[in-house]
Amino acid sequence: MNRLLIANRGEIALRIIRAARDLGIETVAVHSEADAGAAHVRLADVAVPIGPSPVGKSYLRSDTIVQAAVDAGADAVHPGYGFLSERASFARACEEAGLTFVGPDADTIDTMGDKVAARVAAAKAGVPTVPGSDAAIADTDEAAAVATELGYPVMLKAAGGGGGRGIRVVGDERELRRDFPMASGEAGKAFGDPRMYVERFVRRARHVEVQVLGDGDNVVHLFERECSLQRRRQKVVEEALSPGISDDTRAAMTTAAADLARSVGYRSAGTVEFLVDNDTGEFFFIEMNTRIQVEHPVTEWLCGVDLVAEQLRIAAGERLRIAQDDIAPRGAAIEFRVTAEDPANNFFPSPGPIERLQLPAGPWVRVDTWLEAGGEVTPFYDALLAKVVVWGADRAEAVARSRRVLDELVVEGIVTVLPMLTAILAEEWFSSADFHTGTLEQWLETNPLAGGERA
Amino acid sequence: MAQREVLSPIPGTFYRRPDPDSDPFVSEGQTVGATDTVCLIEVMKNFHSVPAGVDGTFVEFLVEDEDVVGPGQPVAVVDDGS
Repeated sequence: MNRLLIANRGEIALRIIRAARDLGIETVAVHSEADAGAAHVRLADVAVPIGPSPVGKSYLRSDTIVQAAVDAGADAVHPGYGFLSERASFARACEEAGLTFVGPDADTIDTMGDKVAARVAAAKAGVPTVPGSDAAIADTDEAAAVATELGYPVMLKAAGGGGGRGIRVVGDERELRRDFPMASGEAGKAFGDPRMYVERFVRRARHVEVQVLGDGDNVVHLFERECSLQRRRQKVVEEALSPGISDDTRAAMTTAAADLARSVGYRSAGTVEFLVDNDTGEFFFIEMNTRIQVEHPVTEWLCGVDLVAEQLRIAAGERLRIAQDDIAPRGAAIEFRVTAEDPANNFFPSPGPIERLQLPAGPWVRVDTWLEAGGEVTPFYDALLAKVVVWGADRAEAVARSRRVLDELVVEGIVTVLPMLTAILAEEWFSSADFHTGTLEQWLETNPLAGGERA
Repeated sequence: MAQREVLSPIPGTFYRRPDPDSDPFVSEGQTVGATDTVCLIEVMKNFHSVPAGVDGTFVEFLVEDEDVVGPGQPVAVVDDGS
């Protein structure tokens, strides 16, 4: 691998360029019109414009991006997260153009991207799955019969959905009969597949995910991330290790994740997501993400492994360099997602010019960001501005340091969720890790935040 | 016959239809109510509905699907019949 095209933007494009440069690989950035002056364009060796600002005309144009890679003399493509990262058709288009796709092969993306096929693969590998329908269902009567057997409440999930989209919970048969046809119709429109998956709904659940690395034969896990603090199924604060599971659960869950990845011959970095019943400690496979994830830095800090560099080495044909016994979790790492949304105004997006910026620094702080003073947050892309990641010798130290670190961060010109993140840090339920996937939304309902600061 | 412009309240990407497979929210000559949605503006992956603003007859869109619009930019015209 000599020259890598990064098919992404923002902080993850910078992150990937840096890993490539560490390995002596040349980099090719792509950019929309709005991103012509972006940091990732300047940091890369070569930059190629790929179209107008809306994502449908630039970052989602598989054909344009593959052609840009060929024209720029790249021999590999890293998709980052979001955009084309989990589209098997993009991985195939890269391979057909003679480019190495940095990720698992297209067939693995197909299998793991289909909830039903992924669940079958998990069951085959002996990994516990959420009790639910064996197949995706498009018929209301069939869904009702399955739900009665499972017991209410149940969750309806679009077979073709992802990222928390196309999910709803129903409390009884009347609600199911009312909502199922609607949900199925919406899924058909949104994802081109009207089939729904019906499964048991755990009332107090944690979302815990295991990081894996595979080279096609060997697989290691790099322990888990706790991702329960979510708003509208979007993660807000993540940490590693999970403070909410027992050592027995951890051992069983990490082994199960590695077993699943091994059983499908997984090659690249991947994440196996589990739902943990906070009351019983039972865990169930939800899905596997075949990309590098936003929150990967907490794992990197916990384990001392550069996951993006390992992805690149594996894609270049190297064998895994690390054995399971070499991977030991050390201390605790917490990530805060700083987004351009107004927590006092129903998280309405807040594009605008960055007038002043002061990033935190000092011991045990890492900030992955594309922000620059004088830069502009445009309306075209997601609201993630910066990931502030903090390490401590134990969780209490990491939490205490996080207060210092978030106090140092200043973003003026736009509204951000920083006041919410600071407020979370002051909560007893956060310092004692007494939370589940519903905690943050319940807390936001009863604790309206003061207006953000628009300087 | 007063023609009123519908303004985009925010910067973003303009859409005439709720999703790629659906018909546009409104068509020329159609009667609209003040609160009827005539278009969407996407800002940072959030979709913001823009209402007609007045009761009347829909005249035309002023921008194409997926065009980039600025805050306060006219995106459509409604005739309020006065």
